Amino acid sequence: MSKNIVKVPLSKEDAKSLKVGDYVYLTGTIYSARDAAHKRMSEALAKGEALPIEMQGNVIYYMGPSPAREGRPIGSAGPTTSGRMDAYAPTLLDLGLRGMIGKGKRTNEVKDAVVRNGAVYFAAVGGAGALLSHCIKKAQVVAYDDLGPEAIHKLEVEELPAVVVMDSEGNDLYLTATEKYKR
Amino acid sequence: MVRDIDVKLLTDNIKEMCIEATHYLSPDMCAALKTATENEESPLGKQVLDSLSENLEIAGKEMIPICQDTGMAVVFLEIGQDVHFVGGNVVDAVNEGVRRGYVEGYLRKSVVGDPIERINTKDNTPAILHTEIVPGDKVKITVSPKGFGSENKSRIFMLTPADGIEGVKNAILTAVKDAGPNACPPMVVGVGIGGTFEKCAYMAKKALTRDISVASEKAWVADLEKEMLEKINNTGIGPGGLGGRTTALAVNINTYATHIAGLPVAVNICCHVNRHAVREL
Repeated sequence: MSKNIVKVPLSKEDAKSLKVGDYVYLTGTIYSARDAAHKRMSEALAKGEALPIEMQGNVIYYMGPSPAREGRPIGSAGPTTSGRMDAYAPTLLDLGLRGMIGKGKRTNEVKDAVVRNGAVYFAAVGGAGALLSHCIKKAQVVAYDDLGPEAIHKLEVEELPAVVVMDSEGNDLYLTATEKYKR
Repeated sequence: MVRDIDVKLLTDNIKEMCIEATHYLSPDMCAALKTATENEESPLGKQVLDSLSENLEIAGKEMIPICQDTGMAVVFLEIGQDVHFVGGNVVDAVNEGVRRGYVEGYLRKSVVGDPIERINTKDNTPAILHTEIVPGDKVKITVSPKGFGSENKSRIFMLTPADGIEGVKNAILTAVKDAGPNACPPMVVGVGIGGTFEKCAYMAKKALTRDISVASEKAWVADLEKEMLEKINNTGIGPGGLGGRTTALAVNINTYATHIAGLPVAVNICCHVNRHAVREL
C-alpha cells in the first residue's frame, strides 16, 4: 500500500476528501502554536489587530519543541493536548484555519466549527517527539519570540505521520475506536 | 558516625539525571512496551506502539528527548539521618542541578514562575523537591521529570469508609476514563490509598517511580493492581486513544494508615514516558 501523502496548507478539496481513521503523511508548511500563542492571537483579534500568521487554508500544530542541538532544525517535537486550545479554535477555524494537529478530545463547539468550515483535526502520536522531529526539515520562529517554546514556528514538514481523528463531517474517531476493543 | 556530603554532589548528579531520564526509559518500561506491542490486537494500536519503540531508539541514539515535554523536575531525596550536608544550601543545590540539566541538556523549559502571571523562568526551576528522612548515612536521589498532559488528568477523591474497595476501584477507573486519549496512553497509573489529602497525593506520585514489573508487597494491594490493570485495559481506549487492548502498562498502588472518617484515593496518571533516574550517594 502506498503512503497517503497530503499537501499542506490544505486545499478545500483535500480537506473534504479526508475521512476519519485515514492514516496520512503531511508534507509542506505548517505552523506551531500552543496555549500562550493562542491567548495572544485571541487578544490581538479582540483589539482589532491582524494575526501574525495567515489562517486561510493553513494547519496549526499544537506543539512546543525542545531546543535544537547544533546542526538540527528542531528538538523533540510531538503534539500537546489539543483540548486546552478549544476556547480559541472555533474563532480561528471561522477565519479559515483548515487543519489542526494535536492529541486528545475536542469540545462540541470545536466540532461544530470543523463542520461549518470543512476543516480536519489530525492526531499525531503523543510522546513520540524524537521520531516526529525527523519529519521537520526547517523551523523558524515567526511570531512571539519571547514565549520561548511557545513561540509560533513556521515548519517545513516532510511526511509527518498523522491520523484523521475528526473529519469535515464531524465524525470523531475517539468516540468510535474504543468500542471495538471494549470488553 | 555522621557522614559529610558536599551539596555539589547533589547538583552534579541531578544535572546528569535530568538528561538521563529524558532520553532513556528504565528497562522495566522498555520491556512492558515490547510485550504490549506483541499482544496488541488493534492494527492502528500496534502501529502507535511500534512508533513509540522507534521513538525510544532515536531518542537514545541521537540525544533527542523522548518527548518534547521534558516536564517539571520532581526530585525525591531520601536522606539518611546520619548525613550532614556541607558546602551550601540543599534546596539551592537541587535547583542548580535542574537548571544545568535543562539548559545544558537541550531540554524544554516548561516552568512559569507564577501560576497566574505565567512568566517562563527560562531554566525550568524551581524543582518540586520532596525529602524524607530515613535510617543510615546514604542519600537516594530520584529524578522524575513529569509531563503535564497526563499530570492534568490526575485526580484526588476524598471517599468515605462506606465507599470501601468498590469506591476505590470506581475512582481509579473514573480518572483513567476521563484521561482517555489526552494523557498519551498507554499510561502508567500511580495510586495512593489512605493517609491525609497531601500524603495520599504524594503516595500516588511516588508509586510511579516503582519498577512496574514489581507488585506491591501487600497481597490485597497486589491483587488490586492486577485487577485494575485488567479493567483499565478492558476500556478499549488503547494506544494513543485510537482503540486497542493496551491502555495502561501498569497500576502501582501505595497505601498508608488513615483516619476513622476517611478513605482518600489519589490517582496520578503518567503517560508511557514514565521517567525516573535513581542514584545513591
